Amino acid sequence: MFKILQKQELSENITLFDIDAKDIAKKAEPGNFILLKIHEQGERIPLTIADFDREKGTLTIVFQKVGKTTYHLGTLNEGDFISDIVGPLGTPSHIENLGKVVCIGGGVGIAPVYPVTRALKHAGNSVYSIIGARSKSLLFWEDKMRDVSDELIVTTDDGSYGRKTVVTVPLEELLKENKDIKLVVAIGPAIMMKFVCKTTEKYNVKTVVSLNSIMVDGTGMCGGCRVDVGGESKFCCVDGPEFDGHKVNFDLLMERQKMYLEDEKEALRIYQEKVGE
Amino acid sequence: MAEPEKEEKRKKNRVKLREQPPMERARNFKEVPYGYSPDEAVEEASRCLNCKKPTCIDGCPVEVYIPQFINLIKEKKFLEACHKVKEKNALPAICGRVCPQEIQCESLCVLGKKGQPVAIGNLERFVADYEAEQGEVKLPEKPRPTGRKVAIIGSGPGGLTCASDLIQSGHQVTLFEALHKPSGVLVYGIPEFRLPKAIVEREVEYIKKLGVELILNTIIGKLYTVDELLNDKGYDACFIATGAGLPMFMGIPGENLNGVYSANEFLTRANLMKAYLFPEYDTPIRIGKKVAVFGGGNVAMDAARVALRLGAEKVYLVYRRSEVEMPARKAEVHHAKEEGIEFVMLANPTRLIDDGKGNVCAVECIKMEG
Repeated sequence: MFKILQKQELSENITLFDIDAKDIAKKAEPGNFILLKIHEQGERIPLTIADFDREKGTLTIVFQKVGKTTYHLGTLNEGDFISDIVGPLGTPSHIENLGKVVCIGGGVGIAPVYPVTRALKHAGNSVYSIIGARSKSLLFWEDKMRDVSDELIVTTDDGSYGRKTVVTVPLEELLKENKDIKLVVAIGPAIMMKFVCKTTEKYNVKTVVSLNSIMVDGTGMCGGCRVDVGGESKFCCVDGPEFDGHKVNFDLLMERQKMYLEDEKEALRIYQEKVGE
Repeated sequence: MAEPEKEEKRKKNRVKLREQPPMERARNFKEVPYGYSPDEAVEEASRCLNCKKPTCIDGCPVEVYIPQFINLIKEKKFLEACHKVKEKNALPAICGRVCPQEIQCESLCVLGKKGQPVAIGNLERFVADYEAEQGEVKLPEKPRPTGRKVAIIGSGPGGLTCASDLIQSGHQVTLFEALHKPSGVLVYGIPEFRLPKAIVEREVEYIKKLGVELILNTIIGKLYTVDELLNDKGYDACFIATGAGLPMFMGIPGENLNGVYSANEFLTRANLMKAYLFPEYDTPIRIGKKVAVFGGGNVAMDAARVALRLGAEKVYLVYRRSEVEMPARKAEVHHAKEEGIEFVMLANPTRLIDDGKGNVCAVECIKMEG
């Protein structure tokens, strides 16, 4: 059992938990993820680690309420327990001093890109960051991202805050102005990562993406998370979740993410009826 | 002369295990065989010749005292019979059900030369279930502690067996499990109708009562390394019992289409995550009207029979060789056929076909030569 120590509503539909998980916090690295299961009947869902504090022994997760499990998770409060958490899983981000890098977080993807951005900054890189969301009410962690970036650009689709555009527009401007950008890290919806990769491909800049595929065990045992990377099937849980974005077949990833769409809708409908939402 | 003839026949044929009727069980997850009644168990046990030099024990990986426990059944000392098995095997209810006895103990039974060997597995299952029904599970005497501490990685059948042996030798034992439930393949792989999970839980409880510590949600190599276990956490030894649980894909086009599962994923969703109870349980599973399972082993049989129980209208078992080469247990093949699974032999899948929306809709195979 894992105790929720702190709960914070970061924005409309996006919640943060600090969880008491000493051993996982001790081993967590940027890029790692965990799997959690709320209770006996629950499903196992993967969440990228948003932060960790080794001294306090806490793990930070940030999630958006999209389905039954995340809605249910959002009803838990400080002092409540999550039945199962396993991690740290996956291969950590490769961090080195390359010179100039760009970190992009889209929507709830701002949370997992934060520890990677911080690590790249601490390694000595000049970091340009771009965070984007549909609108102002969905943005969070602007301050935290600014603290670990040399320059931060904020975009919203509807122009309610920052620049009214999508993340690929300022990205392309940065790539045009700075021929010496060595790496782009992008975490967000698959469609965003796909277009980030299309943009960086033109400039031949290495791009790392963190994929959010469907998972069950998270240890390489089931293969449900397989993704096509450079024509080869890779397991997101053990080979990833970070991959060379220029090799990822995003269309297939998006198809696979839709596999249980109907079931997910149905489960959420039943849940909301039950709790009277 | 009628009497000896009858006697002869009785010795040749084992007491049949009563089963759920095929068409009924094909739509539920309840266990297929019912198990022997005490009378049936005594009758089957009385077939044992009590050989002076029993060969059956040589076929048992943990050397259960087979003739001794069967003798105790003959004498209707069922609890004592169970204790006799448990001197060597802490998991009799599981092993009685899923050990491949036909290639182990039973393959060496003298009776098998002229007829059917003694149903050692069914008898092992009977004594274990009998003990559980009686409600008093006897614990062996505690051995003298050795002061040594062993970490076992993986709580599947290998880890559980090792844990019970080591704890009974006086060592302190910790079982580390990656998943949220113990027992590995016994819970994520083998379906409920072949091995009810309540029985697995019962055997794990017994191992815990022996004093084994069980730690779930812990991936050794990620959370702690083996070196940390040995150097920092005070373990004197480590037993790696992680199994061989990696899925093998065939490398044919269309493998990543929606609706294509590895057996591991399909069975894990159904068994461990209880997707067959969706939406009461949160994990979904997709079942088409028509299901094709590739392979001819026990896992393929399990997947095919689970698909049927989840509501598939038609299940094909596609195997590239012929039925004689199938590695699955004969009983499983027999059960699968009885339930209506269609066997397509000498067919090797070459391509999975897209319905245009990212879902699998057909399989292309080549015909193999017999």
